[in-house]
Amino acid sequence: MSNDSSSEIEVAGAHEIEHALRRTDIDPRAAKRAERQVAIMFGGSVLASILFVVAFVSVKSTAVVNVPLIGLIGLQNLTLGLASGLGLFLIGAGATHWARKLMSDEEIVDERKSFASDDETREAVVESFQTGVEESGVMKRPLIRRTLLAALALMPIPAIVLLRDLGPLPETKSRETLWRKGSRIVTDISYRPIKPEDIPLGGLVAGALPADLLKVEEEEGNLNQRAKAAIILVRMAPDEIRSQQIQDGDFQGILAFSKICTHLGCPIALYEQRTKHLLCPCHQSTFDLADDGNVIFGPSARRLPQLAIEVDKEGYLVAKEGFQEPVGPSFWERG
Amino acid sequence: MSTTQRAVATTPTWIDDRIGAGKWLKKNLRKVFPDHWSFMLGEIALYSFILLLLTGVYLTLFYNPSMKEVVYNGSYAPLNGIKMTQAYESTLRVSFDVRGGLLVRQVHHWAALLFVAAVSVHMLRVFFTGAFRKPRELNWVIGVGLMTLAILEGFAGYSLPDDLLSGTGLRIAQGIVLAIPLVGSYVSSFLFGGEFPGTDFIPRLYSIHILLIPGILLGMLTAHLLLVWYQKHTQFPGPGRTNTNVVGYPLLPVYVAKAGGFFFIVSGIITLIAALFSINPIWQYGPYTPDQVSAGSQPDWYIGWLDGAVRVIPNWETVLWGHNISWNILLPALIIPGIMFTLLALYPWVEAKATGDKREHHLLDRPRNAPTRTGLGVMALTFYVLMWISGGNDIIAQAFSWSINSITWTIRVLLIVLPPLVFVITRRACMGLQRRDRDKLLHGRETGIIKRMPSGEYLEVHAPVSSATRAKLVASRESDYAPIEAPPAVDANGVKAPKKRRSGVKLSNFYFANRVIPPTDEEIEEGQHHAAGDLETVRPSGQITSGH
Ligand code: HEM
Ligand code: FES
Repeated sequence: MSNDSSSEIEVAGAHEIEHALRRTDIDPRAAKRAERQVAIMFGGSVLASILFVVAFVSVKSTAVVNVPLIGLIGLQNLTLGLASGLGLFLIGAGATHWARKLMSDEEIVDERKSFASDDETREAVVESFQTGVEESGVMKRPLIRRTLLAALALMPIPAIVLLRDLGPLPETKSRETLWRKGSRIVTDISYRPIKPEDIPLGGLVAGALPADLLKVEEEEGNLNQRAKAAIILVRMAPDEIRSQQIQDGDFQGILAFSKICTHLGCPIALYEQRTKHLLCPCHQSTFDLADDGNVIFGPSARRLPQLAIEVDKEGYLVAKEGFQEPVGPSFWERG
Repeated sequence: MSTTQRAVATTPTWIDDRIGAGKWLKKNLRKVFPDHWSFMLGEIALYSFILLLLTGVYLTLFYNPSMKEVVYNGSYAPLNGIKMTQAYESTLRVSFDVRGGLLVRQVHHWAALLFVAAVSVHMLRVFFTGAFRKPRELNWVIGVGLMTLAILEGFAGYSLPDDLLSGTGLRIAQGIVLAIPLVGSYVSSFLFGGEFPGTDFIPRLYSIHILLIPGILLGMLTAHLLLVWYQKHTQFPGPGRTNTNVVGYPLLPVYVAKAGGFFFIVSGIITLIAALFSINPIWQYGPYTPDQVSAGSQPDWYIGWLDGAVRVIPNWETVLWGHNISWNILLPALIIPGIMFTLLALYPWVEAKATGDKREHHLLDRPRNAPTRTGLGVMALTFYVLMWISGGNDIIAQAFSWSINSITWTIRVLLIVLPPLVFVITRRACMGLQRRDRDKLLHGRETGIIKRMPSGEYLEVHAPVSSATRAKLVASRESDYAPIEAPPAVDANGVKAPKKRRSGVKLSNFYFANRVIPPTDEEIEEGQHHAAGDLETVRPSGQITSGH
């Protein structure tokens, strides 16, 4: 069996490798000059390393400088970076200069050999392999072969099962939020309850949460509920609402929607008051809040869930009931 | 002898006495390395990786991968009193309360950006020069693996500081996991130890970022370099360079000095960039909380194309018997990238099937000499760049006050129309260049000298090409390979050709369509001879009128 060796390709080999002398090859003064240049670069690196230590102990971390074209930067970062950057760079520049000017630049030639071994060796290998396989009996004893394959095939299962306790089963958690009938709606930064009068016509509360969120977060020690419960409130004239998901889900034109994008879960907040469109900053899915929260543009496939609201006895906005559909991104079991 | 001289003289023997490395050293100390600027791309990748390892280890000394909430109380006044995770707090601490800590963080991040960039451009170089051909297919596959891991590693690192931007990125990643049919909710719940964001994920990501992926990267990188060493580097065609030799500088001293020096140059430049340009100023974004977002946020550049794909896809979703298949997420985030990377990894075999070429290749192709490959490469690149641009559609919309809607539609149309168009144009252009080379070989190069013929005609004088040019041009012969002959659909015995064989021929016909056949030696000899004679007629008599 012959192998397709590289020797079949005959190209352009016959010509000589070209080589021209450099100045440093003929003029000893030029060589000396190059030597000095290399030494200056290496010496510069020595200085830079010392400078680094000086800057480290003397430059205050609060000092800033205004660098033209770049703007304000921390003086410490600048000096430490310049010193160590130059220190590194000059070693490299010196070594390269040395190689280019002073080391021999005559190219040398090595022959390649084809990677495939000669036919004799190959045959011998095939033979040893066959002998080995035969002696093992693996071809003659299908029972052993098949049980071994089965054993190997199942072996990863324990490894996968081991990962089971990384987390709990999802259960129905992605369908549940903290919102219940009567949950008070509070603003997201100051946790103040909201009265309808607080929201002017055309106004927006860019982030609101259920009042009991803080307590729950304290208990659970994570932000999981916040990631599902966040809502926004908008107010429009009641006759501007063309359609809503829940009959009378608004309160005097105040509508509450999940703030979590139904595409991949970013919080949404860019509201255009004139068109009543809400735009997600992540991939620009756009929802029409005056029309069911439907998607009018972008990669999201589903409308923003609406939260029905009313006011409690003290006149604060509260949820009328929980969300009627899961908030946030799609998942297999969602339906 | 001075001590230094003695040390130099005795080091090799000292080593040989201990590990008997004499034979190996004898063969390798003067190992030949071909030189070309494009061979430095892989080196840049290697050196930025080393820098990432060094700076990364430093960062581990200060960074605390915990999602436990604390109240900030440190040097960065605007965030004092704010609740945040320890991950974010410790990143602030590295940035503001550790001298040089910000510099190391910025070096780490800039090096990461450069690392992925160098890996990508290096891969383009390997592709367009055909360096992946036999016997280097294995190294190509390792390379594709390295690039995939580099992107994942970068994303993992980017997510560690737990700032508003990176947390939003994680939220999107979790949304993608949820979309996986059948197991999405389970995988997400296991990954995050329950619901998003939970408190387990960042510690888990941390061990992936500093142990798992760097470990695999290091192993694969070692294999990659060992193969380069063992198989010897490819070289571009030129005088004295053949498919059976390597021409270049010896390992000791030139390559050691140049490559070693280049490590310091790359590190130095990255450090200087980190001194001057801030990157990922996490203190400006604030800590992550799942109900806040900053507008116009962009991921690191190498995630841009995925982000763009996710933005540009129409909002297709199928709901079947109460189950959701989110094509709008699966296609751009998993299926299309999966297909792209698989095709990339398999390309050497696809091309070998089309060419039927089983020879070893150590001389690189000039891209023009493989018009179909070059066309396909530029086509894929166009597709990638369009998706990448789509990732900035909001920025484009802002800058030019166009509507996002029309930008998205434009990109959708371009994604379908432009790549094939670019393929055809590139292939044509390559063939045009090939024909020009062919003319040079057959008729000599144009001199710009005009000669008046006895008949009164004006002709341009041609001169023979230099031997260096000739060596370069003749190499097109190596890239050219006789297409597989089309077998008769039904053979002499009335047996139909197997379908597989026919598809191989189709592939081959596509690959070699309209190929430019390089001239033979005799043709070239004749052409060059002619050109030399041509020049002869004008040179000695001195009646040349040049540049009329
Ligand atoms: C291919 C290799 C690597 C890439 C592409 C990479 C990328 C990144 C990126 C982009 C960040 C975010 C930095 C920021 O702006 O805050 C990061 C953070 C970090 N990386 Fe890496 N990294 C790599 C290897 C390593 C290694 C080997 C280690 C440690 C052994 C490491 C340790 C860390 C640590 C501790 C952080 C978080 C600290 C911080 O952000 O300040 N990295 N990495
Ligand atoms: S997360 Fe809102 S559009 Fe993607």
